Amino acid sequence: MSDKILVIAEQRDGQLKKPALEALAAAKVLGGTVVALVMGQGIGDLAETLVAHGADEVRVADSADLALYSGEGYATVAASVVKEVGPKVVLASATAMGKDLMPRLAAKLGAGLISDCTSLEVEDGRLVATRPVFAGKAFAKVTTSSEPAVVTVRPKAYTPLEPAEGRDGEVSDVDVGDLVIRAMVREVVKTAGERPDVAEADIVVSGGRGMKGPENFKLLEELADALGGAAVGASRAAVDAGWMPHSAQVGQTGKVVTPALYVACGISGAIQHLAGMSRAKCIVAINKDPDAPIFEVADYGIVGDLFKVVPLLTEEIKKLKG
Amino acid sequence: MEIVVCVKQVPDTETRIKIDPAGKGIVREGIEYVVNPYDEFAIEEALVLKEKHGGKVTVITAGPDRAVDALRTALAMGADEAIHIQASQEDAVDSIGAAEVMARALKEIPFDIILCGKQAVDDDNAAFAPALAEFLGLPHVTVVTGLEVDPEAGEAQVVREIEGAQEHITTSLPAVIAAQKGLNEPRYPALRGIMQAKRKKIPVSTLADLGLEGETLPARTEVLSMMPPPPREGGEKYEGEPEETVARLIKALQAEKLV
Ligand SMILES: Cc1cc2nc3c(=O)[nH]c(=O)nc-3n(C[C@H](O)[C@H](O)[C@H](O)COP(=O)(O)OP(=O)(O)OC[C@H]3O[C@@H](n4cnc5c(N)ncnc54)[C@H](O)[C@@H]3O)c2cc1C
Ligand SMILES: Nc1ncnc2c1ncn2[C@@H]1O[C@H](COP(=O)(O)O)[C@@H](O)[C@H]1O
Repeated sequence: MSDKILVIAEQRDGQLKKPALEALAAAKVLGGTVVALVMGQGIGDLAETLVAHGADEVRVADSADLALYSGEGYATVAASVVKEVGPKVVLASATAMGKDLMPRLAAKLGAGLISDCTSLEVEDGRLVATRPVFAGKAFAKVTTSSEPAVVTVRPKAYTPLEPAEGRDGEVSDVDVGDLVIRAMVREVVKTAGERPDVAEADIVVSGGRGMKGPENFKLLEELADALGGAAVGASRAAVDAGWMPHSAQVGQTGKVVTPALYVACGISGAIQHLAGMSRAKCIVAINKDPDAPIFEVADYGIVGDLFKVVPLLTEEIKKLKG
Repeated sequence: MEIVVCVKQVPDTETRIKIDPAGKGIVREGIEYVVNPYDEFAIEEALVLKEKHGGKVTVITAGPDRAVDALRTALAMGADEAIHIQASQEDAVDSIGAAEVMARALKEIPFDIILCGKQAVDDDNAAFAPALAEFLGLPHVTVVTGLEVDPEAGEAQVVREIEGAQEHITTSLPAVIAAQKGLNEPRYPALRGIMQAKRKKIPVSTLADLGLEGETLPARTEVLSMMPPPPREGGEKYEGEPEETVARLIKALQAEKLV
């Protein structure tokens, strides 16, 4: 069995994404040589960062055809690198790109796919991955006899390694060749302003039906700003009412979030909402109903009117941060 | 237009999941099943495409006997035909295996576009659509919140949601499209539709008919065990005047180095 792990390292706009470095950290857990593949255009200088964060070798696929992500283009190039490297595991982060690319790659390779894993281990020489199922209402330990195994790890499940400057790693170019891309990205349009996406943020402040109307989300924006650029999320009730975009929805049919701090304001804590946020490290709930189910998962709860509590909380945090 | 929608039947999102005594799967008794919520967006989009461009909507599922109810729901919403590939599913199924089966089944029927859900809310793989597209040699777009089809040009303009942005994509058809919330508002089945769906004959094929062995959807992965999530308990609950409760919360967050 090969002892190589191939990590597909995501970049956008020439910047490595944090989840790419997390995937490198996950690969280290499996032992063996870590080979990173980065695809894009004008990205050669990313190799050094990948080596500093744990890659032993880096393959750079640099081509105009790879400037923007495409499932077909990226899967074709990745498959050719898999054939050349012969890894036992191909790993990426379960970001929008990883989730789109890796199943296609698995199908191309005839390989098994284990997606959105929260931890990886080697038991008796084989890969055993833990992943949430039923929106986190259960966890499954999954293995595969396929070689390579194709795996995605959930963003933030692993912490990037501290960069080791001056670490050595072999860097080589991938011969990209001709690609057939029929689903072509024409344009990438930013939707979020300066605020991070709920799935990526370290702090998420969310509002539900208790917010009463779209204008009141300003209170949560202010709290999010005071907390230092937190994301603003919402329950489905708030999204369905049209108060917040669906991209902000947290829950079973929204986004699963695992921030360090999740602040739920005027959210009752329905089972579908809990499925999306109960793996947050610390949960704070603000609700006027002392029996709201959200308090059953909250580390800290305030029973009270959010229209009084939230502005006060914002004030106090601002004072604290001077 | 020939429009195909792949639908999966899943436990209702209200379900409290219990692990079976063997620790390898979930307790199935008492579970209510529904059409996967994301597949409702796919069905709705198919009906909208048909209303706009004419044609036919065929819904297809690979699953156990009970999965036929998901097909009937889709028929009641307005789909024209349904196909049931009969196969049992283990817990937390392997979506690549399901896609492999579906690819075989779809070689037998005409289509201009294939719609799926973004993700099945039981296995949460979000893997079926890209794998199906690869097996069929087609392009795919996932997490789709906007779709405009031009049947004449054999092209579609698609909006895909990514972190903090949207990708605007042009794809040739046929293609596999995976629907995300935001694409549309699924309609409720009308009474007439429900009555008609009840009477509709739904052809069944087996894995053997598709040249595959066994009675379970193929899988390249194996579930070794299942467990409940680590328990989470409520912590402190502050009641009283906001000045006081907020002060106590801040103190607690400071102790945790969160503010
Ligand atoms: C298929 C399906 C999928 C679903 N997926 C999701 C999902 O992904 N995400 C999701 O969130 N939901 C989802 N739901 C919906 C879910 O069941 C709940 O309906 C929803 O989460 C309720 O939102 P809420 O807590 O904002 O509203 P409510 O349940 O109405 O709760 C509002 C809360 O605000 C409190 N409140 C009111 N005024 C104040 C005030 N002034 N100060 C303090 N507190 C106040 C109330 O006490 C109450 O607890 C789904 C449902 C289905 C059927
Ligand atoms: N067994 C199946 N039969 C039909 N469609 C399926 C099946 N499994 C998955 N799908 C489709 O693929 C989507 C994504 O599923 P998954 O990749 O399992 O999360 C679902 O929303 C369905 O549209």
